[in-house]
Amino acid sequence: MSERTVVPFGPQHPVLPEPVHLDLVLEDEKVITAIPRIGFVHRGLEKLVTKRDYTQFVFITERICGICSFGHSLGYVQNVEQLMGIETTDRAEYLRTIFHELSRIHSHLLWLGLMADSFGFEALFMHCWRLREDVLDIFEQCTGGRVIFSACDVGGFKNDVEDSVLKGMCETLDRIRDEYNSIAKTFLTDSSVRTRLSGVGYLTREQAAECSMVGPFGRASGLLVDDRLKGIGAYGDLAAFEPILSEDGDCYARCYVRINEVLQSMDIIAELVDKIPAGDVMVDVKGAPEDGAKAMSTVEQPRGQAFYYSEGNGTKFLERMRIRTPTSQNLAGLVAALGGCDLADVPIIILTIDPCISCTER
Amino acid sequence: MPHASKSPWIIHYDGSSCNGCDIEVLAALTPLYDAERFGVINTGNPKHADIFVVTGSVNDQNESVVRQIYDQMLEPKVVVACGACACGGGVYHTCYNVNGGIDTVIPVDVYVPGCAIRPEALIDGIVTAIGILDEKSKELNGISTKPRGYADAGEGVYAPQADVADKTEEPAEAKAAAQGGDGR
Repeated sequence: MSERTVVPFGPQHPVLPEPVHLDLVLEDEKVITAIPRIGFVHRGLEKLVTKRDYTQFVFITERICGICSFGHSLGYVQNVEQLMGIETTDRAEYLRTIFHELSRIHSHLLWLGLMADSFGFEALFMHCWRLREDVLDIFEQCTGGRVIFSACDVGGFKNDVEDSVLKGMCETLDRIRDEYNSIAKTFLTDSSVRTRLSGVGYLTREQAAECSMVGPFGRASGLLVDDRLKGIGAYGDLAAFEPILSEDGDCYARCYVRINEVLQSMDIIAELVDKIPAGDVMVDVKGAPEDGAKAMSTVEQPRGQAFYYSEGNGTKFLERMRIRTPTSQNLAGLVAALGGCDLADVPIIILTIDPCISCTER
Repeated sequence: MPHASKSPWIIHYDGSSCNGCDIEVLAALTPLYDAERFGVINTGNPKHADIFVVTGSVNDQNESVVRQIYDQMLEPKVVVACGACACGGGVYHTCYNVNGGIDTVIPVDVYVPGCAIRPEALIDGIVTAIGILDEKSKELNGISTKPRGYADAGEGVYAPQADVADKTEEPAEAKAAAQGGDGR
């Protein structure tokens, strides 16, 4: 047995925009185990419920993470509405779902770009981010913001989006679909990509279940985990919804799942825009959560299931707000996937879980 | 290094930001905004970088990382604080694990506001930073044309002086004061 070496990875590392630290225990080039250390981005947002009332806290949840910003505000407002027994309008539900799926497209395109960058395919990175700008333009057109846009509010959706704008949104998505298909083809068929990803970071379905993996990371190992199946919001009105699964369990499969999820999201948006009912997008919200009221809810975010728990105390300030994010669930899977890999594959494997550290640490 | 400003290399570190500013920093480098056409390159090596782009606020854990990256960068260097959090804590300023803006740890030259920042604002900040980089570069070159520890003795002539200590002491102190140094 050769001698063991510990190589520090991060917190500042070119492959990750975010700080996370891993101690990689190596035997020559093989990673024996990886020990994650987090805490560089912890701010203590859950504690802020004592200083910000439940309507102000929407803005704080949005800033848990800039990439899953809309998903967090959606999860939070759904949770608080459940806590207070508010039922929002159908149109608001549809708009929320449409924007949530748009966020998924933007998040996955962002991830595909970072992935391409991590295996040194710079042109592909640039193309992914170019397409992503079209999605951000839609956000900007409808809400005024690019990444953090405060569209969700307790009681509904802040501003209605006109039907003509929704139609234009579908046209934009149709336009980028062709370009996206050629990018997807490169990811899935180009030998330089395939040889780099196939068989790397393999996890079986049993391992995935044991590590409680969520989101595309779990689905790539054949685990049927998708909270959209619960039919919360407008997801229940979809004609059919089949989560995208793969049995391969390697980095290539994770890429495959996310690539197809973008196309699936485009279909969902097109269907919902066709079906969207007319009406108001906001209901009146009065009073405060009752003392002792509790609510639990989940949202399928681009990275997987996010869990929300809140507790009321009769005032405008919540007693407790607990959020469990997908990346904190997936860290165990990441450590499992890193065991036995080559040092050179470490950045790719870390990226395939689509880590969102600022979500994890809040 | 008189021409550093022709192609300023940036190093980006995420303090404790929400990612919103980080993805906008990257977006500024990609095709729509394309800061790379001005020679702006994102590097991972502090020794290669001219401009330190920091997003997010500081806490006890990442304070040392920010300081370490700053110390590793070579002169001339410029620090750009990106976004409301880096400027002063932003929406998190009352959180228990947020110590404040980046300027509580290292001297900041350019503050770029916004939550999240817009790529246009960032590019504007980088352009301002390039101007400061140029000035610092000139200043640095002005000092370094005189060999350290030697007084003027005509071009190319090295004449050791008896009172070397007195003459070198002053510029070193002035430099530390200009940088802000450790004394906040």
